[in-house]
Amino acid sequence: MLRLEPRAATPWWLAVASPLMAVVATMVAGGVLFALMGFDPVASIRTIFWDPLFGPASGYSRPQLLVKAGPLILIASGLAIGFRAGIWNIGAEGQYIIGGICGAAVALAAYPAEGAWIFPAMVLAGAAGGWAWGMIPATLRNWTGASEILVSLMLVYVAQRVAAWMAFGPMRSPEGFGMPGSRNLQHYPSAANPELMAGTGAHWGVVAAALAVLATWFLMSRHIRGFRIRVAGLAPRAARFAGVRPETLVAFCLGLSGALAGMAGLFEVSGPGGQITDSFGSGYGFTAIIVAFLGRLHPLGILLAGLLLALTYIGGELAQLMLQLPAATVQVFQGMLLFFLLGFDTLTRYRLRWRGTK
Amino acid sequence: MIGWTTLLLLMSAATPILFAALGEAIAERSGVLNLGVEGMMITGALAGFAAAHATGSPLAGFVAGAAAGAAISLIFGVLTQYLLTNQVATGLALTMFGLGLTAMFGRPYEGVKAPSMPGGPLGVNWAIWLGLALVPLTWFVLNRTRRGLILRGVGENHDAAHALGYKVRLVRLVAIAIGGAMAGIGGAYVSIATVLQWTEGMTAGAGWIALAIVVFAGWSPWGVLAGAWLFGGVAVLQLRLQAAGVAVPVQLLSMAPYLATIVVLVIISARQKYRGRGSAAPGSLGRPFHATR
Repeated sequence: MLRLEPRAATPWWLAVASPLMAVVATMVAGGVLFALMGFDPVASIRTIFWDPLFGPASGYSRPQLLVKAGPLILIASGLAIGFRAGIWNIGAEGQYIIGGICGAAVALAAYPAEGAWIFPAMVLAGAAGGWAWGMIPATLRNWTGASEILVSLMLVYVAQRVAAWMAFGPMRSPEGFGMPGSRNLQHYPSAANPELMAGTGAHWGVVAAALAVLATWFLMSRHIRGFRIRVAGLAPRAARFAGVRPETLVAFCLGLSGALAGMAGLFEVSGPGGQITDSFGSGYGFTAIIVAFLGRLHPLGILLAGLLLALTYIGGELAQLMLQLPAATVQVFQGMLLFFLLGFDTLTRYRLRWRGTK
Repeated sequence: MIGWTTLLLLMSAATPILFAALGEAIAERSGVLNLGVEGMMITGALAGFAAAHATGSPLAGFVAGAAAGAAISLIFGVLTQYLLTNQVATGLALTMFGLGLTAMFGRPYEGVKAPSMPGGPLGVNWAIWLGLALVPLTWFVLNRTRRGLILRGVGENHDAAHALGYKVRLVRLVAIAIGGAMAGIGGAYVSIATVLQWTEGMTAGAGWIALAIVVFAGWSPWGVLAGAWLFGGVAVLQLRLQAAGVAVPVQLLSMAPYLATIVVLVIISARQKYRGRGSAAPGSLGRPFHATR
């Protein structure tokens, strides 16, 4: 009988190999799924994973890579810190939406004034909005012990309805002919978050994501607070004896990941998204959870994982266009990827051993 | 005055949550925290709708919903019990996978009508009666039978249960499958009996509300019933206010169930924290079990 035996330490190459094996397994399982649905599996997989980068239309799709990866990496960097400490913020989607709304509110209040202060103020408002939304589950957990998992998740549904209310009510564009949705910030120079270098897709959110990767790497591997977070996750009791206050950690992790998600929302609404609509949240907050795990909660890993999942978004759209694959293919891929990843991760923590019958 | 129709609406709104939360309570009593309730519900909603549409029989729909919910829950079961993966992350994956899979395969069913539900005694359909009957039944099985005792023992202390010779993983796998089947029935109720059609993501967080209600209920079936009805009451109140044309935007009114869930969760957690009433959570909840011998 096959059985699992705990490893004392994970060999480094396995830590790298397990996410790669999960990606390959997802491609294989995806191919089987496509074949069952009557699509050509090889063509489908190539369209999703290869064509966006090197295919005939890659000139259009390549910049989209950074557009999609930016918010994913920004959000996942924050989430990973909490996950390391065993603090589960799964409501990043809500913090993203509220951040977008708060940032857009600053722009809409300032309209039509122009000034260099407007965009920085929007970034601050977006971060503050996301922080505040993340601090709700943090405060409730610290005061009453309510599960931050459930509270943060419930707040996603609340945030979605706030966005719908904003789009139909207070933020509806006076020039929108009664259509729901705010003014388009792309047409408002001081508030717009344009492509910084033509053809790269990089906007300020991508810059922020790169900074977040560096900053979280510094925090987690060079700063005492990062050390405390890691200890709290690995050995909660030891952390408490060492004077780490769990309340502080909860507030820090949820507040920080909320602020980063809020900034991601702001960069989206002022850039690629353009406006607050009733469907402003597009699932980045949930996909970022997969990015965080696929990146093994490590900043560099998150960078690569964010790019890969961005690729599945673009590839999924391409496959929808070229092969008429259903739009939800991407979601299925992402779900499968997380399953395979968790499964293969077992190999990093346990050794497989054959045991004869005694 | 609360009329019979209002009570009926309330019970109908509470039923999907009741099924899902009862199932999750069983799984959690065995020590498994499955955050995939939403994914299992939506799978049940689609499978149930498809089967009911194909056969014209709502009963076949509920059976298919239960089977699909149980089947998809076994992915979670095998990963967490045999590959010892993190239950929180695996449950999240199950929810995402279920939402994606149903969005993919649900396309042909959009805009299709469900077969009509037959009425039952007192104008209450038999699915509601089944939900109500499952409450005392679950209580009885958990608290008055040997199997229930083993399940609770596994949930309270899996090492002790293992030492006594009980098959911890098998008990949990069965509990997960029962939870999946019941979440599937709850989902099927949404598509077959309340909304009467299939739309992507139609369970709209009901699975997460069910998870919160299990905490509210203190892991007891009667508590689950109270929580589900409380939720049903809020849902009906919100619909009534909408219909009455209250001067509050619809989008804000529709937040009510989610906000109510948070409030309830906070009150219950605070009571456990400050009244010195330790949490009623099973001792081994969410902890992976790895037999050393």
